[in-house]
Amino acid sequence: MTDLQSRPNPAAATGGAGADAGVPVHHRPKRLVRRTVRHVVMIIASIVMIYPLLWMVVSSLRPNDEIFRNPSLFPISFDFSNYARGWESLAQPFSHYLINSTLLVLGCVIGNLVACSLTAYAFARLKFWGRNVAFAIMLLTLMLPIHVVIVPQYIIFSQTGWVNTMLPLILPKFLATDAFFVFLMVQFIRGIPKELDEAARIDGCGHFRIFFQVILPLMLPALATTTIFTFMWMWNDFFGSLIYLTTPENFTVPLALKSFLDTQGSSDWGAMFAMSVVSLVPLFLVFLFGQRFLIKGFATTGIK
Amino acid sequence: MSAVGELTELVSNRKKGGVKERHPDNKAGLAFMLPWLLGFLGITLIPMIASFALAFTDYSLLAPPEFTGLANIKEMIGDSRLHNSLVVTFIYVFVGTPLQLIMALLLAVVLNQGIKGLSFYRSVFYLPSLLGGSVAIAILWRQMFGANGLINQVGGMLGFENLPGWVSNPDTALGTIILLHVWTFGSPMIIFLAGLRQIPEMYYEAASVDGASKVAQFFRITIPLLTPIIFFNVVLQVINAFQSFTQAFVVSGGTGGPSDSTMFYTLYLYQKGFTQFDMGYASAMAWLLLIIVGIFTAINFFVSKFWVFYDD
Repeated sequence: MTDLQSRPNPAAATGGAGADAGVPVHHRPKRLVRRTVRHVVMIIASIVMIYPLLWMVVSSLRPNDEIFRNPSLFPISFDFSNYARGWESLAQPFSHYLINSTLLVLGCVIGNLVACSLTAYAFARLKFWGRNVAFAIMLLTLMLPIHVVIVPQYIIFSQTGWVNTMLPLILPKFLATDAFFVFLMVQFIRGIPKELDEAARIDGCGHFRIFFQVILPLMLPALATTTIFTFMWMWNDFFGSLIYLTTPENFTVPLALKSFLDTQGSSDWGAMFAMSVVSLVPLFLVFLFGQRFLIKGFATTGIK
Repeated sequence: MSAVGELTELVSNRKKGGVKERHPDNKAGLAFMLPWLLGFLGITLIPMIASFALAFTDYSLLAPPEFTGLANIKEMIGDSRLHNSLVVTFIYVFVGTPLQLIMALLLAVVLNQGIKGLSFYRSVFYLPSLLGGSVAIAILWRQMFGANGLINQVGGMLGFENLPGWVSNPDTALGTIILLHVWTFGSPMIIFLAGLRQIPEMYYEAASVDGASKVAQFFRITIPLLTPIIFFNVVLQVINAFQSFTQAFVVSGGTGGPSDSTMFYTLYLYQKGFTQFDMGYASAMAWLLLIIVGIFTAINFFVSKFWVFYDD
């Protein structure tokens, strides 16, 4: 298990400012030049990387004709009419789709937290018949293309009458189908000292009390990671929503943006960008506050 | 340990456990596993079996499935749009993924040199990975590479006249989506960074004492010790790339155009299954996808014996 945050980085120690002390004096300018060059290259690379994003934000504040003439990021005109127009130009006000997406994400987060933590506890701590086989199968499902199951799933959900509701998207989360999070939590629980649950067991606790009172409170970082990833993936989920949600009043944000493209063609880029920016704001905020957990989650399990 | 590493170990240890283990937690195990077990059976295994059966039928949801034997497979063999979608997907996977991983590795190595402001750069490079799968970014891409889009505006300022509409030209449309894929190199970069942290600094110190150049150190120390992580990234990114959908759907307006040049395999599958409701054919296509992904993953695992270096 890798811990990017707390692990001291030996390379950083030798490359940092203090390391110059051991370098012969005549090497120092060369080193300074190399370091400056490296920063210049990195800054240029950074600008190239986020330029499209910044340009989209700036364009959402520009009149349409200027979007097609002005590749610069300045001057910003601060014209919010794109936002007002975009908000009202679909079948429902954009807030309707934001609420739909929020409900979907909430349901999926709760489902993943409950189902994946229970399953992970079993894999990490319990000894039962068939555990290793089940664990291997769980890891394999991590790599299974969704397309192999999507057609029968659709048929099942159309027979239960759940098509055009969010249930086909939320229910599987309550059945721990996101193997990524099960694996992440298994890894995390393995890092919790076994002595803790053994002590609790000697005190007479059963598995449910050990899980709820010992393991779960210690799992908060893994639960936070799960929450943040579920949020980001489901907020962005397009394929599932496209298949199951059919009428505009049930659309989520990605479908709303897509229907923008259908109805407006490529005429009203200003409004489209404005709503695109609105759709990215929650992701960006989660990224800003949850970065630490996101990076840990990737470093441990590395999916996606 | 990574999911791929864990899986390898479980499979290779399978035959070793001679002593019969006791299973004291059977009841509790079942209770805790119940959600997953139901999910695996109901959402994964049974649909998989059903999908396999449907692959040999003609089914449009309106009438019961009609058994047609190998008709779907015969049709797939003669379906030139399907062949084209395979070519498009292969180009995307085998051009986009190596480029993406090379970018990820290079920047991880640079960032690992103890650069000041590491967390800032890491965030900037990582951000597109998180947003890249969204419809908003695909819309942005469609504008950027359109005839009057951002790229051509910048090109015009640099003196290039009469540039094409990149997304509306069959020769360049796929390239723009590959570029979008390469742009999202942040998540494999994070995994590489984590791997680089695990390489003991003393190896580099010893090499410097022996007079090895930075380049030699990169190829003789960094790359060999990083091979398990490279392998892990290759396996997962290939599997993911085969399943790409959103970007191609949005950039082409759901058509896979122009002239099917961005008709990814999954997009064609979606059209067959969920716009034409040819569920049998879509199921057969899904199984072909599973077989292809399985073969490439198996090849990856097989070839890994020759180049992946495990320290322990």
